[in-house]
Amino acid sequence: MSELLHMLDILRPYVAGIALLSGGVIVLIGASGVLRLPDFYTRLHAAGVTDTLGTLLVLLGLILLSGFTLLSGKLALVGLFLLLTSPAATHAVANAAHKAGLKPRLGTVQSQPPLDASGDPS
Amino acid sequence: MNGEFLTPIDAFTVIDLIFMSMLVVVGIAIVRLKDLFAVVMLSGVYSLVSAAWFVSLDAVDVAFTEAAVGAGISTVLMLGAMLLTARQAAPTKPARHWVALIVVCATGAALLYATVDMPSFGDPLSAPNAYIGLEYLKRTGPETGVPNVVSAVLASYRGYDTFGETTVILTAGLGVVLILGLGGPAIKRKKTSAAKAKAAKIDQSKILGAHHVVLRVVSKMMIPVIIIYGAYVQFHGDFGPGGGFQAGLIIASAIILYALIFGIDAAKEAVPPSLVRLGAALGVLIYGGVGVINLLLGGNFLEYNILNPTHPSHGQELGIMFVEIGVLVTVASVMLIIFYGFTSRQPDISDKDW
Amino acid sequence: MSSGIEFWQYLVGHFNYIVVIILMMTGLYIVISTGNLVKKLVGLGVFQTAVFQLYITMGKVTGGQPPILEGVHESAAGEAATTVAEHGEAAAAAASHGEQAVQATVSIAKTMDEVLVGGVLYSNPLPHVLILTAIVVGVATLAVGLALVVRIRESYGTIEEDELQEANYQHAKGALS
Repeated sequence: MSELLHMLDILRPYVAGIALLSGGVIVLIGASGVLRLPDFYTRLHAAGVTDTLGTLLVLLGLILLSGFTLLSGKLALVGLFLLLTSPAATHAVANAAHKAGLKPRLGTVQSQPPLDASGDPS
Repeated sequence: MNGEFLTPIDAFTVIDLIFMSMLVVVGIAIVRLKDLFAVVMLSGVYSLVSAAWFVSLDAVDVAFTEAAVGAGISTVLMLGAMLLTARQAAPTKPARHWVALIVVCATGAALLYATVDMPSFGDPLSAPNAYIGLEYLKRTGPETGVPNVVSAVLASYRGYDTFGETTVILTAGLGVVLILGLGGPAIKRKKTSAAKAKAAKIDQSKILGAHHVVLRVVSKMMIPVIIIYGAYVQFHGDFGPGGGFQAGLIIASAIILYALIFGIDAAKEAVPPSLVRLGAALGVLIYGGVGVINLLLGGNFLEYNILNPTHPSHGQELGIMFVEIGVLVTVASVMLIIFYGFTSRQPDISDKDW
Repeated sequence: MSSGIEFWQYLVGHFNYIVVIILMMTGLYIVISTGNLVKKLVGLGVFQTAVFQLYITMGKVTGGQPPILEGVHESAAGEAATTVAEHGEAAAAAASHGEQAVQATVSIAKTMDEVLVGGVLYSNPLPHVLILTAIVVGVATLAVGLALVVRIRESYGTIEEDELQEANYQHAKGALS
C-alpha cells in the first residue's frame, strides 16, 4: 500500500506537467478559435472553452504540484469560483449581444463559389 | 552603467518579454481605435495584463490592487461615463498627429538618455534595494511582528502618508458629490396593504432584470461570498497580500455588481447613499482617531507602540488593524459614492441613438 | 567590439525600462493626439500605469521572493517582543523628549550576505508601498475627471476638444458684442 503511494508520489510532478501542458494547449486552441472563427457567437464558444477547460486543467496541474496543503484547498476554491462565474459571464455577453440585435450568421461560410448540379463551379 | 551585476537571461526573461509585448500591443491598439467602448475595454485588459506582470515582478500587493482597480472599478466608472457622453471618438487631424509624435519622441529620447544611469534590472546591490528597503525588511519582523512588510510599512512606518492618501480619497469623493450630485434620496417603501396586494400581482416580465435569470441566480450565490472574501483580504492582509485598500475595492465591487444586475434602486435600498456618505467620513475619523488615542496615551501621533507598552509589537499589530479598518471603510464608501453619483445622472442619449 | 558588448549589456539590463518608457510615451501620445476627453483620460490611465511599472521594475531582485517575511509570527515575535520591550521602554522615555532612539545607523549593503534577511532574499518592498496608494488615489482622481467630462457633456453637448473651444470662442464673442 505504501509502495503504491510512493509510486504515485513519484508520478505526481509528471501528471501535473501533463495537466499544465494540456491546459496551455487548450488555451492556445481557444485563442486561435477566437481569431479564426467567422461569427461572434462561434467566437464566444471558443473563448468559453479557454475559460473553463483550460483554466481547470491548469489549476489541476497546480493542485497536483503543491500536494495536500492549504494552498491546494485555496486553488480548489478558485476553480469552483471560476466554474460558477465564467459560464455566467459568457451567458451575459451572449445575452447582451442578442438583446442588442446581433443575429447569428446561419449557413456555411462561402470560401469558394458554390458548385451547381453538374459538379462544376458556377 | 554602474556595478558589475549582469541581468541573467533565463525563463523569467521569457515571461517578462511576453508580458511586455502584450502590453505594447494593447497600448498601440488603444491609440488606433475610435470606438470608445472598445477603448475602455482595452484599458481594462491593459490593467489586468499589467497586474499579471506585477505578480511576476514579485509585487503581489500591487498586483492585487491593480487588478481590483483596473479591471473592476475603473472600467465600470469609465463605462458609466461613456454611457452619459459619447460612443465614438472623432478622428484626429493629421497636424495633431505630427505634433504629438514630435513631443513624444523628444520626451522619450530624454527619458531613454536617463536610463543609462539606472541600475540593472534585478540588481540586489543597487542603491534602492540595498539601502533603506533592506532596512525596512530587517526591522519589520522584530518591531511589528507583521509578516507582510508592505502592510507594515504602509500602516505603521509610513502611516502618516497613508492617512493623507485616505483623506485624498475622501476629497475625491467629495469632489464627485459636488460635481454630480448626492445620488438621490434613499428609497423608502411604504408597506401599505395596497402596495402589498399590488406586489403580489406584479407581472414577472416587468421586474428589472427578468431576462437575466442566470445572472440573478449566480450573483445571488456569489455576492455574499465576495463580501466575505473582502473581509478575509482585510484581516489576512498582515500575513499575505491584502489590506484595507484591496478589501475596500472588493466590497465596493460586490455592491456595484448587485446594482448592475438587480437595478440601482435595489442597491440604494440595500446600501443607502446616506450610509455611504457617513462611511466615507467615518473611515478617516477612525484613522485619525487612532492617532489621537496615541496622543492621549502619551505617545506621538500614530505611534502604535504606546498602545501596549509592555509588548510594543502587539501594540503595533493593534494599531495596524484599526488603521486598516479605517482605510477599508473610506475606500469602499467613496467608490460607492462615485458609482451612485454617475448612475443618478440622466443620459440624454436615448438607447436608439447609439 | 567592446562597445558592442557594452551596448548588449546595457540592453539586457535595461530592457524593462526601455519598454516601460515606450508604454509611457504611448499614453502621452494618446493624451496629446486625441481630441476626445474620455479617450484622453484613458490615455492618462495608460501613462499612469506605465509609471507604476517603472517603479515596480526597479524594486525587483533577481532570485528574490515577494516581501512577505517567513517565520516571523511563530517564534521570532515571542523572543523579539521581550527584547524590544526593553528597547521600547527606553524608546518611549526618549520619545517623550521627541528624540528617536535609533539602535543602529543605516548603512548600504555591499555583499550578497548582507542583503539576506533571515537567510532569504526578498524583493524591495518600498516601491510596492508607494505604488499601492498611488493606484487607489489614481482611480479616485480618474473618477473626478470623468465626473467633469459628464458635466461638460451636459452643458456643451459635446466632448470633442475643438468643438468645445469653438463653443467657448463663440460664447466669448457673443458676450463681447
